[in-house]
Amino acid sequence: MLIFTCPYCGVAAEETELAAGGEAHLTRFGPGSSDDDFESYLFTRENPKGVHFERWRHVYGCGKWFHAARCTVSNEVFGTYSAQTTEPTAEIRETISKKRPGWSWRDMNGEG
Amino acid sequence: MSDLKNFDGLVSIREIEGQGMLVVRGDFSAPAFREAVCALAGVDFPEQRQAVVRDGRGLLWMSPDELMVMLPRAEASRARADLAAKLADQHALVGDVSDARVHFQIEGRVVRETIAKLAPVDMHPDVFAPGTLRRTRFGQVATAVWLLDERTARVFCFRSVRDYMAKLLAVAADEKSEVAYFQK
Repeated sequence: MLIFTCPYCGVAAEETELAAGGEAHLTRFGPGSSDDDFESYLFTRENPKGVHFERWRHVYGCGKWFHAARCTVSNEVFGTYSAQTTEPTAEIRETISKKRPGWSWRDMNGEG
Repeated sequence: MSDLKNFDGLVSIREIEGQGMLVVRGDFSAPAFREAVCALAGVDFPEQRQAVVRDGRGLLWMSPDELMVMLPRAEASRARADLAAKLADQHALVGDVSDARVHFQIEGRVVRETIAKLAPVDMHPDVFAPGTLRRTRFGQVATAVWLLDERTARVFCFRSVRDYMAKLLAVAADEKSEVAYFQK
């Protein structure tokens, strides 16, 4: 069972109180973008074994969207952070580096 | 409609009539916003996840930008218009949701256990103190709940699922279903 602490209301909410919102930190390519960019925005997703960043919504609680970092193998939760950011916070990345040295996700890694 | 009047179980379940409710969204850090809602409800501004209610009037902290104002139902319509006028120059929203929600009061020795059977919430006395408001789900429906004291809880949900909630509470409080978890 996943338990995320909502960064907006502070509730430790378990999975059934939340709605999954898919991969985090996507850049939207809309009208006027190239076909390749639009296709990858629509369809191309990470499918990592290990560290992953996702969007979740506290749907049965305060209703806010937030970001979460977890391990897809063990379901260990590294932390949650604000939705108003385009990349994981330094604090989250540091936490992950301690627990999963050498991790990487997209073009991010433990050193970067 | 399932009738709770003669319900006799681990706790008593009573539907609260005449509870008025206003939903208010706005900037919690704005002094004018805080003054306006506090003046209307007659209580202090609630801390995060707190319910400050006295005699059917009060404020519930619903989210970082949403409050529920509790007041007598007869006053709700006028209070909505007055508050909306007061907050007209702010980025705020006021709605009268008295008809959209229904309140139940559950009271008795095993009130924590009754809630714990239905919601994914840690109801241990060290964790969930009276005055704490929790928005969650009871069974399949969105619900908010707070404890008035160790024996009394107030539960509210959408009126459209009123029957489901009444039956759910009645099953959880069946007199033969005591687990006595929190009495250990």
